[in-house]
Amino acid sequence: MEFLRPLSWEEALALRAGRPDAVPIQGGTDVMVEINFEVRRPGALLDLNPVRELAEWEMAEGRLRIGAGLPYTRLIEEVGDRVPGLAQAARTVGSPQIRNRGTVGGNLGAASPAGDCHPPLLAAGAQVEVESAAGGVRMIPAEEFYLGVKRTALRDDELIRAVWLRPAEGPQHFSKVGTRNAMVIAVCSFAIALHPAERRVGTGIGSAAPTPLRAAEAEEFLAGELAGEPAWGRSLPDGLAERFGELVGRAAAPIDDVRGTAAYRRHALAVMARRTLTWAWQDRLAGTGRS
Amino acid sequence: MRVTFTVNGSRESVDDVWEGESLLYVLRERMGLPGAKNACEQGECGSCTVYLDGAPVCACLVAAGQVEGREVRTVEGLADGGRLDPVQEAFVECGAVQCGFCTPGLIVQTHALLARRPDPSDAEIREALAGNLCRCTGYEKILDAVRLAASRKTGAE
Ligand SMILES: Cc1cc2nc3c(=O)[nH]c(=O)nc-3n(C[C@H](O)[C@H](O)[C@H](O)COP(=O)(O)OP(=O)(O)OC[C@H]3O[C@@H](n4cnc5c(N)ncnc54)[C@H](O)[C@@H]3O)c2cc1C
Ligand code: FES
Ligand code: FES
Repeated sequence: MEFLRPLSWEEALALRAGRPDAVPIQGGTDVMVEINFEVRRPGALLDLNPVRELAEWEMAEGRLRIGAGLPYTRLIEEVGDRVPGLAQAARTVGSPQIRNRGTVGGNLGAASPAGDCHPPLLAAGAQVEVESAAGGVRMIPAEEFYLGVKRTALRDDELIRAVWLRPAEGPQHFSKVGTRNAMVIAVCSFAIALHPAERRVGTGIGSAAPTPLRAAEAEEFLAGELAGEPAWGRSLPDGLAERFGELVGRAAAPIDDVRGTAAYRRHALAVMARRTLTWAWQDRLAGTGRS
Repeated sequence: MRVTFTVNGSRESVDDVWEGESLLYVLRERMGLPGAKNACEQGECGSCTVYLDGAPVCACLVAAGQVEGREVRTVEGLADGGRLDPVQEAFVECGAVQCGFCTPGLIVQTHALLARRPDPSDAEIREALAGNLCRCTGYEKILDAVRLAASRKTGAE
């Protein structure tokens, strides 16, 4: 095995292109488990820690650009108030030690259907900035990034550089079901983001299909019901949150596995969708959550 | 490969490190620093917790080459000469140690918590230690030790 230490982004891209057998490593909280347990024996590790800019964030063109290597702990502290949905999800990842190393870029690279960043990125309409030496930059909408279980739109010579999302324009919430409150991989999870200016609601479902996904029908239903201007300033009409929950549950394509049955996941998703919508709406009426 | 980094304040080079090796293995098997324990090698137990550039991390999940040029502090680096750190003293006094396997990780994690938050609430203590498993004590005495260390810390300041 070789250990590659690029000191700049350009060097990292060149190494990535020249070494198809290299596995990028950032926090290592997925990669090292696989190496320790001999699940993976790559020809090389491509360490992205020395590329310091990956661990930074900035505001650009009115959007937040979060470097692929920003550890969760810093994400929560430094930009959590601007991306509350993603920050709530980040707070549920592993333990403090894992959050000091783990990154959004690594979560995207691993592309586990249970990865906690995916639902809030989908709900917020985030874009993934990827780049290769030969092909240049591509901006991939989150919903086009996930192709299958642990499969993504990332090409062999590309690296993830950042995720872009607009600072929250309305309340956002994330909810996750697991066996305990810490160190737990999601049985299923759900994220919601209200986009009041567009009279729209964004959603993301985790761990209930081969890929994270949006609940498109539920989004359309809510947008339709709430289309009128006054509706956004009033309490939620009766039964709306329940109906929304049902549609979210229906959007999932869960399986039975050791963590839960498909039926349980659908039910839990409906409950989480109803609750997160209710919380988000309360935030909105209370004028909190950046509405 | 050779890896050069600072460990407990002293700059060290280690040779013949395998590229897929963890920082934990390097510390324990190549540097004679067995304080950080190897229990799960998958980030689940926290018994390998060390500081990397000031942040507590699981040494089993850091690739050895990733610490090149960086700073690591292990449980061995907490005592001041012969004098134990107040967190270590509190663990001894409260009987927060049974088999001791989880102890180094809990000490480093508690040390980091109190540096950031000298007077943590019980909820904050539980949250901070959520990634450190103990199979012996039932945690109550560990919580006592953290509270004792915190009270001494705030008392002293
Ligand atoms: C104990 C424990 C608990 C965990 N709990 C959770 C949890 O609650 N929720 C959750 O979602 N995850 C959890 N995880 C998984 C993991 O921590 C996350 O997926 C984390 O976000 C991975 O980030 P990383 O930087 O450590 O990734 P790494 O391990 O460094 O990399 C992960 C993958 O992404 C690729 N990659 C990394 N960076 C790039 C890049 N810039 N470009 C292209 N590819 C890249 C790597 O090659 C690899 O395939 C847990 C892991 C452990 C060990
Ligand atoms: S040995 Fe590293 S967390 Fe268990
Ligand atoms: S004292 Fe034995 S594991 Fe904690």
